[in-house]
Amino acid sequence: MPLELKTVKTHKTPVRYIEGGTGQPLVFLHGAGGATIADPFLAKLAAKYHLYAPLLPGYGDSEECGQIRDMLDFTLHNWDVVEALGLKNPILVGHSMGGMIAAEMAAIAPNDVTRLGLICPAGLWLDAHPIPDLFATMPFEMPQLLFHNVAAGTALMTAGMTLDDPKFLQAYLVTNARQLGMAGKILFPVPERGLSERLYRIKAKTVLVWGDSDKLIPPAYAHAFKKGIANAELVSLPEAGHMVTLEKGDQVVQALSRLG
Amino acid sequence: MKFTWFNLMPWPYLPDDFREKNRSVWVDIDQRLFDPVKSHEVYNTYLDLLEYAADVGFDAIGVNEHHQNGYGIMPSPNIIAAALSRRTKDVGLVVLGNSIALYNPPVRVAEEFAMLDCISGGRLIAGFPVGTSMDTNFCYGQIPALTREKYQEAHDLIIKAWTTRDPFAWNGRYTKLRHVNIWPRPIQQPHPPIHIPGGGSVETYDFCIDNTYSYSYLSFSGYIRAKALMDGYWKRVAERNTPDASPYRAGFAQTICVADTDAEAERLYKEHVDYFYNRCLHVYPGFADAPGYRTIKTIQTGALSQYAPPKGGYTNLSWKQLTEEGHVIAGSPETVRQRMEELCKSLNVGNIFCLMHVGNMPKEKCMYSTKLFAEKVIPKLRNMFPDYKNDERFWCHPIKQVKPGSLPTESKAREVVGAAR
Repeated sequence: MPLELKTVKTHKTPVRYIEGGTGQPLVFLHGAGGATIADPFLAKLAAKYHLYAPLLPGYGDSEECGQIRDMLDFTLHNWDVVEALGLKNPILVGHSMGGMIAAEMAAIAPNDVTRLGLICPAGLWLDAHPIPDLFATMPFEMPQLLFHNVAAGTALMTAGMTLDDPKFLQAYLVTNARQLGMAGKILFPVPERGLSERLYRIKAKTVLVWGDSDKLIPPAYAHAFKKGIANAELVSLPEAGHMVTLEKGDQVVQALSRLG
Repeated sequence: MKFTWFNLMPWPYLPDDFREKNRSVWVDIDQRLFDPVKSHEVYNTYLDLLEYAADVGFDAIGVNEHHQNGYGIMPSPNIIAAALSRRTKDVGLVVLGNSIALYNPPVRVAEEFAMLDCISGGRLIAGFPVGTSMDTNFCYGQIPALTREKYQEAHDLIIKAWTTRDPFAWNGRYTKLRHVNIWPRPIQQPHPPIHIPGGGSVETYDFCIDNTYSYSYLSFSGYIRAKALMDGYWKRVAERNTPDASPYRAGFAQTICVADTDAEAERLYKEHVDYFYNRCLHVYPGFADAPGYRTIKTIQTGALSQYAPPKGGYTNLSWKQLTEEGHVIAGSPETVRQRMEELCKSLNVGNIFCLMHVGNMPKEKCMYSTKLFAEKVIPKLRNMFPDYKNDERFWCHPIKQVKPGSLPTESKAREVVGAAR
């Protein structure tokens, strides 16, 4: 089954989601950069699971939702999405910001999540390892933060971009404002909203996946998550940065298979 | 016409290689470039210049709020305005303004502005900016996509605090207070006139029109580039069936340098203008506009951030380009008068925020330019809009002023105390 972009109604807003594949249901929550139907990592997940990848309001072509403001709103909204999709105890996976939301979901409803995959999640803050300010980072500086192979990452990120074209630039700025504006509600100015005090509640078997050369959320955070979640194991992947899903997609899927 | 002598208070000691060695004048500017001992003189000179402008006949003197900024050493404009309120008389005090989303709780602004209005005897003209993204988001940590909602709530709370005579409860999303009951309250009723700095969003146009606030465009790129934005405002004023299009519904900031001749202006001021445009406006583009800070509608109108430099940057702009393109109005009193007239008429603005101190301009040159403008330019522009000469809705209404230094001599005091014993 190829990936499809669909809409499901929730209490606050219609939600766009990407669905595909067969097998155990797996909900994937994207990072601050969003997700598209062309994302090769989603295809890899759909080759093995029945994938549901909801877009946060404001991402892709989905409507914005002004009523979602804080961490609790994000957490409950995503539970509303799971409910609206008719899923019970799906495998819950999140990347970066999505990992932060997935961890919050597992902490707030520990009896409803038994398998949790956190791919270099945001949500903690260590003074000794300050996370770079994503919101003050220029597009051309992004690849250095996100990829192990910066040249390949740059090619990936700039494909089809014509920032000299004012029309393209305006569309780019609008997308950025909608998407990162939404992300900023839980990531700006410091991507931490008290998760460290709630990690103890997570009962799910948890797999943490981290790229060894992650420069956005460095591997020190992997250890902090591992320490905070009772039933967690860590899979470290060499030669991969924060976009480990793109750089080492197969290994990430393989690591998640430990969840059963 | 109302002329406000405005001081941004730039730090005048940014090194020659500032651009090369620093990524930004704002937010993460190198702390070591600030010298507290030198600042003692800088602050006092700037206060003296503001007071001088009041003496030579400007209608108001103005200050604003910026944080972690090399061209504005004024994180608290209220402190400066308080100092000015004691040393001046009859001149308006424009505080443009307090970034009200940053004050917690926002009644702090209602209180401090009330204090300023009371101390100054009703001379306050209050400004409520959303604040730049540099200040509001990057320095003061407000979440970009929630900043406007918070600003709106703060505004509503401040106005209610100023205009309600009994304690009330405020159950806002961002502020919860059980007992709002500000003490003191402003002299000017129902509240001091309010000016709103905006950057081209329709929401802000409507906000000003609906509340009879003056819309201020505080740009550094001059009046020619401002035309499209101000036209948008006036178009909106007409669309909304506003009862009038008074030029006092709008304000504009303009860099102005006056000398005896055009050539002298270039000789005297070029280096200070260069300092301002090339060092003071050297803002790292990543700080200019946090995603979510501007509304989608505003981005779609194509209005770029006012901190986005012209294509190619300011470095390559010659004096001729800077003046001809209107970034700076400079020259002889007659040249400046002509350009100012063109500015006021083409933008239909009655409130001019005159940026007469530029970059690292020394006090002597600043006095010279200020005096020439006050004596040779202002009188000729004064009655530009005769139809609206009685429009006082957007200006302050001072009461009879008490002079500082009202204490009697010590012997007189002893006499009075003796009689009362």
